[in-house]
Order: sequence, then C-alpha cells, then structure tokens
Amino acid sequence: MALDKAFKEIPGTIVFDAEQARKGYWLNQFCMSLMKAENRARFKADERAYLDGWKLTEEQKQAVVDRDLNRMMELGGNIYFLSKIGATDGKSFQQMAGSMTGMSEEDYRAMMLAGGRRIDGNRRIGEDGDAQRPRKD
Amino acid sequence: MARIVGGLATSHIPAIGGAIAKGLQKEPYWKPFFDGFDPAREWLARERPDAVVVFYNDHGLNFFLDKMPTFAVGAAPEYRNDDEGWGIPTLPPFKGIPELSWAVIDHLVAKDFDIVTCQEMLVDHAFTVPLKLFWPDDDAPPAVPVCINTVQFPLPSAKRCWAMGKAVGEAIAAWDEDMKVVTIGSGGLSHQLEGQRAGFINKPFDLEFLRSMVDDPEWATQFSILELVEKTGTQGVELLNWLAARAASPGRMRRVCQNYHIPISNTAAATLVLEAA
Repeated sequence: MALDKAFKEIPGTIVFDAEQARKGYWLNQFCMSLMKAENRARFKADERAYLDGWKLTEEQKQAVVDRDLNRMMELGGNIYFLSKIGATDGKSFQQMAGSMTGMSEEDYRAMMLAGGRRIDGNRRIGEDGDAQRPRKD
Repeated sequence: MARIVGGLATSHIPAIGGAIAKGLQKEPYWKPFFDGFDPAREWLARERPDAVVVFYNDHGLNFFLDKMPTFAVGAAPEYRNDDEGWGIPTLPPFKGIPELSWAVIDHLVAKDFDIVTCQEMLVDHAFTVPLKLFWPDDDAPPAVPVCINTVQFPLPSAKRCWAMGKAVGEAIAAWDEDMKVVTIGSGGLSHQLEGQRAGFINKPFDLEFLRSMVDDPEWATQFSILELVEKTGTQGVELLNWLAARAASPGRMRRVCQNYHIPISNTAAATLVLEAA
C-alpha cells in the first residue's frame, strides 16, 4: 500500500512517517545518545570523531556539523530527538524552532509573544502564508 | 468500587520543568501559566484522589524508534525519571499502583486493545511535568502511566484514543477498591516545533476544543490525524492524550477551572480541571 503523503499539502511541515523514520533511524539514535552527560562531553570535544562512531550518512553528519535543522529534518530527523543537539549546545527549544523559520531569534520570539504564527495562509500549500517562504521544494 | 472524580489536563513543555527547578513561577513570563494551577490545587486538596492515571506520549526516553508501541500501560511499583539532556535535575521516582495497572490491562485486552505492558518503565517530562504542576509538593498519588504514540506515524486515530480511554474508565469503575481516581491528559495544545511553519498556533481551534471537553467531548474525534496536524501543528496532535483522559468518564462533567496562555516556548499552553457532574 502506498504511503499516504497527503501531509505534503501542509506548508513548511515534515510529518515523521515511516519513510522519515527509516531514513533517520541512526541520526535519531545519535541524537538520543546525547541524553547522557558523558556523551555530550565526548561530542563537544570532537564532533566529527563522535559522529563517525554512528551509522550516519555523510549528508547527515554534515547537517549536524552545520546545525542545519531543516536539512536534518529532511534527512529523517525528528525534532523531539534533534532537540538533544540543541540542548547540548545550550539552546532553548524556542531558539531551535525559530532557527528553522528563516526568522531572526528576536523576530520569532516576538511572533510567539504576539500569539504565534497566524493560521490564515498557513494551512495549505499554495496559500500566501509566511510559512511558505522560503520554500525549498 | 473505584470512581473517577475528575479529569485533569495540562501542557508538558520541558522548559516548565526547568522553570520549576529554578523557582521562576512568579516571573512575568511564567506567572500567567503557573497561576492557572491555584484553583486546580485547591480542588485536589479537597478531593484528595487515591490514584491517578496519566495519558501521555513518551519522547524517546522509554520508547524510542527501536520499539514504538501504539499504546503501552505501565504496571510497575515505581517509575523512574532520567536525564533527558535538558540540564534539568532528574526527579525522584514516582509511586505506581500495580493493582490498578493490571485491572486496566486486563480490561483493555478483554476489549481487544493489543497493548504493551511494562513492569519497568522510565517516565519522561510528559509524565513528570503534569504531576509536578498539579502536586508541587511531591505528594502526587500513585500513578498508572498510559503511553500513546504521538511521535512516529502512523498514529492511532482520535476515535481510537477515545475508545481506549473509555475502556480505561470502565476498568477503573469496575475495580473493586473504594478509591477516588483522577485522569490526566498531558500535552498540547496547538504547537509546531519544526520547519518553516514552526510557531504555528490555532487559538480558535484550541478554545473550541477546550469548550468541547466539558459537554461535547467527542467533538475532536471527527478529525483525522492529518487534519489535526493541519489545524493544531505537528505536535498539537498531543491532544490525543486529552481525549483519552476525558473518555475515561465520557458523560457530562463540570468545569472547575481552565487556563489558556500563549506562549510557553513555542506552545499554546492550557490547563483544565473537570469534575464528575
């Protein structure tokens, strides 16, 4: 049975379905290893060497080194698990989420304090909402 | 016979655990959220429930992608927290109540729910934060954790979560102990943590959902999971935990208190206490 990809109609969103979960299995495993203090220390001491200990693709490793969360999401990362990288870097969840939007940290924070990203235009691809800029696909 | 005296629900953002650890409850950013718990705690002090059933979603601490049950029920004498990497102190263990756990497990399986049972189970912030919010003095009654997969798709439908919660309620009502039980739904409300759409909040939907919890609690079961993602954000689907907790006493309930505040971190934070009508 074909996977239901109807979520591709929702802008600026990657749903963590079977395809993503398979692609990102080891990327997410690596992330979860950072829940342990000694692993956080080893990763910080030599990121590349620590990453080489995991079955990540080269693209995934590069995305981690670049701290490119949107790319990590495309390559199968799940934000719940990717957040362990941000926590290792001392970043808040708001800083992490904001970094994926193309907005500055200040602008994102201000948007949240003002009630969050608006609904109109951000439900479906092709509408004119702010979640559809910049589009990568 | 045991009876359900209340249905509680609240958001479980990890930063709340950090704010509690640092004592920031009265800071301007946090006060509007934490103040919402005063009437809830007064009600709990009056009712003094003997047990709590917590519907929540684990974020990888106990169930990672290697083993991901759709529904899992804890049956342990105690539940340990562990380092989730946030730099927040690990909490002391929470007491379990295996007799009630097994009553729930027996009934769920009899009702054709193919659950996973756990005699050992780590509990993450989605379990610990609500208990710390409702019982800040660490005097929460013994708990039964019921874990719903809201992480790796396919997720159980809203209808299925409702049916599961309803069966848990039947198990509690049939349990041959004179005990007062409350249920907790953990998570939500609308939020999206990733992608260009991060920060998505749907206040009209959230308010309608909160309204429905009182007298039309099956309202949200009309939506598919993808419709819920579209309407409430990728992580807003945690409202499945609220639905299951509410379904445990599916009749009319009275609202004791409600709080809705935007934002805590990226999330529309909400707290709700309902009591048996």
